[in-house]
Amino acid sequence: MYAFEIERPSTIADAAAALSKEEAQALGGGQTLIPTLKQRLAAPSVLVSLGGIAEMKGVCTADDGALCIGGGTTHATVAAEAAKSYPALAALAGGIGDPAVRNRGTIGGSLANNDPSACYPSAALASGATIVTNTRKIAADDYFQGMFTTALNDGEIITEVRFPVPEKANYQKFVQPASRFALTGVFVAKFADGVRVAVTGASEGGVFRWSEAEAALSKSFSADAIEGLTVSADGMISDMHGSSAYRAHLVKVMTKRAVAAAH
Amino acid sequence: MPKDHGIGASPKRREDVRFLTGKGQYTDDINVHGQTYVHFLRSDVAHAKINKVDTSAASKMPGVVAIFTGEDFAAIGGLPCGWQVTDKHGQPMLEPKHPVLAHGKVRHVGDPIAAVVAETKEQARDAAEAIELDLTELPAVIDMKEAVKGGALVHDDIGSNLCYDWGFVEDNKAAVEEAIKNAAHVTTLELVNNRLVANPMEPRVAVGDYNAATGDHTLYTTSQNPHVIRLLMGAFVLGIPEHKLRVVAPDVGGGFGTKIFHYAEEAFCTFAAKAVGRPVKWTASRSEAFMSDAHGRDHVTKIELALDKDNNFTAVRTETYANMGAYLSTFAPSVPTWLHGTLMAGNYKTPVIYVNVKAVFTTTVPVDAYRGAGRPEATFQLERVIDKAARELGVDPIALRRQNFITQFPYATPVAVEYDTGDYHATMDKLEEIADIKGFAARRKASEAKGRLRGLGVNCYIEACGIAPSNLVGQLGARAGLYESATVRVNATGGIVVMTGSHSHGQGHETTFPQVIAEMIGIDESMVEIVHGDTSKVPMGMGTYGSRSLAVGGSAMVRAAEKVIKKAKKIAAHLLEASDADIELKNGKFTVAGTDKSVDWGGVTLAAYVPHNYPLTDLEPGLEETAFYDPSNFTYPAGAYACEVEVDPETGKVTIERFSAADDFGNIINPMVVDGQVHGGIGQGIGQALLESCVYDANGQLQSGSYMDYAMPRADDLVFYNVDHSCQTPCTHNPLGVKGCGEAGAIGSPPAVVNAVIDALQSAGSKVTHIDMPMSPSRVWAAMNQ
Repeated sequence: MYAFEIERPSTIADAAAALSKEEAQALGGGQTLIPTLKQRLAAPSVLVSLGGIAEMKGVCTADDGALCIGGGTTHATVAAEAAKSYPALAALAGGIGDPAVRNRGTIGGSLANNDPSACYPSAALASGATIVTNTRKIAADDYFQGMFTTALNDGEIITEVRFPVPEKANYQKFVQPASRFALTGVFVAKFADGVRVAVTGASEGGVFRWSEAEAALSKSFSADAIEGLTVSADGMISDMHGSSAYRAHLVKVMTKRAVAAAH
Repeated sequence: MPKDHGIGASPKRREDVRFLTGKGQYTDDINVHGQTYVHFLRSDVAHAKINKVDTSAASKMPGVVAIFTGEDFAAIGGLPCGWQVTDKHGQPMLEPKHPVLAHGKVRHVGDPIAAVVAETKEQARDAAEAIELDLTELPAVIDMKEAVKGGALVHDDIGSNLCYDWGFVEDNKAAVEEAIKNAAHVTTLELVNNRLVANPMEPRVAVGDYNAATGDHTLYTTSQNPHVIRLLMGAFVLGIPEHKLRVVAPDVGGGFGTKIFHYAEEAFCTFAAKAVGRPVKWTASRSEAFMSDAHGRDHVTKIELALDKDNNFTAVRTETYANMGAYLSTFAPSVPTWLHGTLMAGNYKTPVIYVNVKAVFTTTVPVDAYRGAGRPEATFQLERVIDKAARELGVDPIALRRQNFITQFPYATPVAVEYDTGDYHATMDKLEEIADIKGFAARRKASEAKGRLRGLGVNCYIEACGIAPSNLVGQLGARAGLYESATVRVNATGGIVVMTGSHSHGQGHETTFPQVIAEMIGIDESMVEIVHGDTSKVPMGMGTYGSRSLAVGGSAMVRAAEKVIKKAKKIAAHLLEASDADIELKNGKFTVAGTDKSVDWGGVTLAAYVPHNYPLTDLEPGLEETAFYDPSNFTYPAGAYACEVEVDPETGKVTIERFSAADDFGNIINPMVVDGQVHGGIGQGIGQALLESCVYDANGQLQSGSYMDYAMPRADDLVFYNVDHSCQTPCTHNPLGVKGCGEAGAIGSPPAVVNAVIDALQSAGSKVTHIDMPMSPSRVWAAMNQ
């Protein structure tokens, strides 16, 4: 690590002020950033820890039925506290990394980083979630803009994520054998007005919606409904863990499994 | 009724108390007053000419004590290679210099270019980043078959990337060709034995210290064999006589072979401690471990198995390209040759065998012994080709193996070794029982009912352990003897300390060696303590690798203990006023045969050190003996393994459902410790078969340089193993009748897993005959859809 200053604000306002400094970097749970710093791949002059901001933590249900999760809420907390209200989301959170990661890593940190193999982006996109920041509200469809790229401005903080709760949902993750990130992960969410399918891990463009499957599943919510669809390997990630053709194949397999398992 | 004491009992591992409570003393726990820290600036390119290493700005950085480059080591020796292989034309292998710090060229990602010694680790790293490098990049040399055809040379001065072209047994070559020509059936298989990174839990560490007042050097290091390091580094690299150099390898957190070798960082810390006048410490990061620990395996092989019309094996022929990496690591040349070619007979009475091995330099990390070292590569190709032959011929794979088993012992193979004992039908019988082979059909049906393909893979293995007879390995090119030593020191009040040249880095010697002494004397194990890992305390020993500790080190300990007992009987005879020949030792008591006259162990040991009533004219006081044991042959553990897998046909994901191992290790000292050794080996074997893969791209960049991409087996990748070692044909030539168990699991398991996956796929009509390891989901899926 290179030397850096650290600030520990206790309010969102103080955090925003601290992040306005030059080369300041927000620190969520640190599950990506700390290893990056240790490898000297980043050199922020100030780290602004969001871990001490109480108003950014916790899980609750809003009047409109949406599940509201503070940006600083850990995966372990989501796994425990969303289990009844949004079991598919809780199960996704409970399957991220290992217990050490889940007890430190946060939903805001994951969405801000937007790793193309992370789990949370698929849930946010498939649920049609709203990303709430200290300055505005961003629809998930507008938020994800390619791998490691989001609509966030410099210094903008994810304070809350609001998830409309679907009638049925499920997340299926096929893990990369080493990292156990998603080699391909599919989140399927069935709402009264249609089905949304979001895919993570597979595309060079990061998380994406599989619109053909959404259309077919909105007509008939069954695994058979997408049997005739194919996924193009164009633009899919190809690496030592799987070819683009393999990932394209997995998109369909995991989607079918998610539909079959959705409840 | 299982024994609760001595040989055959399973006392819990006494060393685990300190390991599990954080009281272990590892090399990184050692801090010497005034120590400095070194950071190595490593090459981030695979191959380049070094034009200039400018340290002028870096040397002015805060906390910098000194900076060294390859120039500082140009005049001294390189890291030596401990084994010289002679090629098929009778010429010695090509042996390039392996400098402590790269000089002239860098030859792999991770090759150390400069070393910064500073007050803190971070200051050393900061300064290393300020070193200005002027490099001219050269083409990477990655593909072995291309490398030997010409093109870029890893070492310009030796003129070739081919280290040696070895034929074994060259005199059999024509007979093998003839047998293959006349065969009723020949099965051919081309395969890759994947490159692995050993990944012991503890990364390598070195602390060098120098006492200017006495001229004594001390190196604390993570080694499996501190005396070997003392000899290699002292005599060949730094020119320090052994009496002025102490090497200590304290608690070591796993080795698996990769901590056998002498590494540049050890030589550097020892050298630099004197040069800067302060202790110098280096602790590898995990990233450094990936790019500087010797890797394992990495063979590309073609094997042919010839059979007659009755399915008897008539010949085996192999051609292997073995990756040496950029430099010859300490024992690298021996692995694909004498530790591999000599095992190509396996458990079978194949009359003629020819093995060809081309060892190749590439711009990758050096490759050397990793758990099994050559024997897994031999077993894998042989057991895979037999399985393929059985499928081609439509015969039962177990029956084909049984038909060709060696049944008469001793058995001289056509590849220069003589198996002393074994009973391969017995281990196969045991395997069929514990693996419930008969129940497989029902289990397959149950798997198919839930949409999974189920496969059963069976194989045998044999290994040559207890390395090794010194006179034999000397003829084969070893530049060291491979005996072992022990001193048994009996204290006045009867307690015993055994100083052993074997080194425990997970094997449990501190528990099992006392069981042997306790059995011999008839005292409690708690009266025996083991000391190892310090050249200032232990007689010259060769360390632990090749499943040799008990067979060789244990035998030395037995010989020393026999000398102690012989002398103790003389003392007892004197005390009891009887003849030596009439003294019996049982349950810690010396008795005059046929009488009730006796003296206990403590009475004799006290007399040895307080010799008031003692035969001083005939016998020296004291009770301490040393023995060196050099085995007369290798030992030959053998066994049969079975694996059952399920394959998800939609994703290609393989899961291990059952794994059974029937091993013959000869006599067993501690069955629980043996179980643990086998479990660990199987875990690593399954890791190789399904998960682990060290990958370089065409530019020589290490793609699997961290746990984000290098898949280590986790607990949920494995199953509860069914392990049995009740089949015991004791070794005939060592005093304990033991064979060694440390590597068996890693040798025997990979072919079982691959055979099972092929069986599963073929059960659904697939024509797939082979999938290279690791059989990742993507590879299995690709094979199913090719």
